[in-house]
Amino acid sequence: MIKQQEVTPDILFSSEEKQDMFITGSEAVKEAVKRANVDIAISYPITPQSESMHLVGDLYAQGYIDEYLRGENELAVMSEVAGASMGGVRVFTATGGPGTLRAFEMFSTWSGARLPIVCAFLTRGLNSPLTIQPDNLEMAHVLDTGMLMLHAENAQDLYDMLLRAFIVAEMPDVHIPIGVFADGFFVTHTRDKIQVDSEDIKLPKYNPYNSPVPAIDMENVPVRLMRDPFVMKSNFISYAAHASWQQEVLAAVERSRRYLNKYLGGLTEVTHEGAEIMVLASGTAVSQSREAIEQARNEGIDAGLIKLKCLRPFPVEEINNALKTAKAVVIPEFNRVGWLFREVKAALQKEIHVIGAPRVFGGMTMPVELILDEIRRCHNV
Amino acid sequence: MSKRIFKMCPEFEDIMPDEYKELVEKGPYGKGYGVSDLGNFKELIEEHPLCAGCGLALALRLVIASLPVPEETIVVGSTGCSSLLFPQVALHNIHSIFGNQNAVATGLKRAMQLRFPDKEKDVVVIAGDGATADIGLDMVMQSWFRRERLTTIMLDNEAYANTGGQESGMSVEKKVLNMAPTGKKFPKICLPEVAREAGCDYVATVSSANSRRIEKVVRQAVLTAREVGPSYVQIFSPCPTNYKFKSHESVAMAKAREKDGTYSMVEYVSDNARSFLEGLKEEAKHAKRN
Repeated sequence: MIKQQEVTPDILFSSEEKQDMFITGSEAVKEAVKRANVDIAISYPITPQSESMHLVGDLYAQGYIDEYLRGENELAVMSEVAGASMGGVRVFTATGGPGTLRAFEMFSTWSGARLPIVCAFLTRGLNSPLTIQPDNLEMAHVLDTGMLMLHAENAQDLYDMLLRAFIVAEMPDVHIPIGVFADGFFVTHTRDKIQVDSEDIKLPKYNPYNSPVPAIDMENVPVRLMRDPFVMKSNFISYAAHASWQQEVLAAVERSRRYLNKYLGGLTEVTHEGAEIMVLASGTAVSQSREAIEQARNEGIDAGLIKLKCLRPFPVEEINNALKTAKAVVIPEFNRVGWLFREVKAALQKEIHVIGAPRVFGGMTMPVELILDEIRRCHNV
Repeated sequence: MSKRIFKMCPEFEDIMPDEYKELVEKGPYGKGYGVSDLGNFKELIEEHPLCAGCGLALALRLVIASLPVPEETIVVGSTGCSSLLFPQVALHNIHSIFGNQNAVATGLKRAMQLRFPDKEKDVVVIAGDGATADIGLDMVMQSWFRRERLTTIMLDNEAYANTGGQESGMSVEKKVLNMAPTGKKFPKICLPEVAREAGCDYVATVSSANSRRIEKVVRQAVLTAREVGPSYVQIFSPCPTNYKFKSHESVAMAKAREKDGTYSMVEYVSDNARSFLEGLKEEAKHAKRN
């Protein structure tokens, strides 16, 4: 183990001493966690999990993480990290596909309990039929759990987003779990050249008393304290208490925008701003869209790209600004339901042609030509 | 916990609720009180919304009074009648979701070991029979297999009492309950034996009518979990509301089942736990003599 020095997030994130690595997305998870000063990591080897969590286990063996265990199933793992987080330590775990759905009850429980848990979701298809192939349908389910959601395009994004997620999640006025999503296989199993920070620095330790909710450790008042008390009496005060708590979770998500803007450099990234036809995508679909736009522009079509880095909070204003002068927007997705299409439709403040295509799923890769076809079709209308 | 955090700020004394003042002045933190001191100190439970004659409420009151070091004890509960009472308990406690109590406690205990390496923080799981033997059984047993340093206490009222008296795995065979309209078709789950085989170093069953025994087994279970390995206590807590008997008959019901042998009282202690507990007794004797 290399001796690491704690530095402020601002120093770590702006450090110019970077080193190049040629690694998989799963290894990028390991590199991020190595510098994140994580206290406890809890894993489960579900098929189709990537190797990320056993690489995190190697970090424990080397001394970078203080505690690590293999849990018995995903619901239990998400409960174990919840218990540890309520106890006031920084935790990390990962899941994907069927594992995400198996664990599901805990995600809204995390946000309701204001736990700053960081979880990597390395997405896969859902049963049935049984699949282990890439697909990001599970993200549709997570959208309304109250968690923050970041979507990585590649291994570099995954590394950057994970490290920054800990800091944003733990801001006292946010203090909400963050899911960092990456498309399984495409990101986790392929090698990519990425830049990582120096190995001898890490984030500062989590301070459990810098939180909107008390740590459960019998060290702080109030002592008559339940995490989280039932609000289920049949009277108006109970309803109002529950409603205002839910609103406060949503407000906490909204308050994360300024930190996401600071640390991620914005919730979106726009290329060829003001183009006539925009392609809007998140995750690996961004890479294919970038290629399609390049080809479209070579054909003389005025096409641009909106990359969504963050889905919760949803970048409503950013999207509307980026589409101000566009006549059409094409939304390619790696799932059958088109959850991003729905989100954008609901967020648009003016009439514009929205194309929810192409959609590939069941494990297929997305041919650039399919996106290009949609751009051409919009151009010819 | 430092007793300093529990002092009242003089400027606020006149507006603090009476029950809080009592807790500061006459609470059990750091006093080493037990069941025989009940009535002479401010209990950690302040009123509660459970039914009159509830065996579970009685059991819980005795369990809380039996905790060896309440000021360093954290409770993890689960959904059910007991969770309605826990907001009224002056110990940090967690309710997460139905059935995940032993998993939450696992994470919590490990966090406590990391944050307070020089202190013993007792993590005690207290949940009903549905949460422990049915919906949460996998997480309960896995925590035993992993030898987590937890005490698991089941308040066994032999039904899902909070949802209207449905059959649970701990209901006795042939008993007619909701969801068992023609009577339960399989025997009561032998969880004490399961616990022993799953690696618990200390296992005991007890009735809510037997306050002395509750104190003894809860203390032994918590101390064993602290020093040796996982422990399990099962407390028979009759439910007048769903089993349809009068509220004043609760204690008699518990006693009757113990007497006629339909609720067996067992104690399984591993060799390691036995020598540890005997060592404690010797120490206590020695301390008395000096």
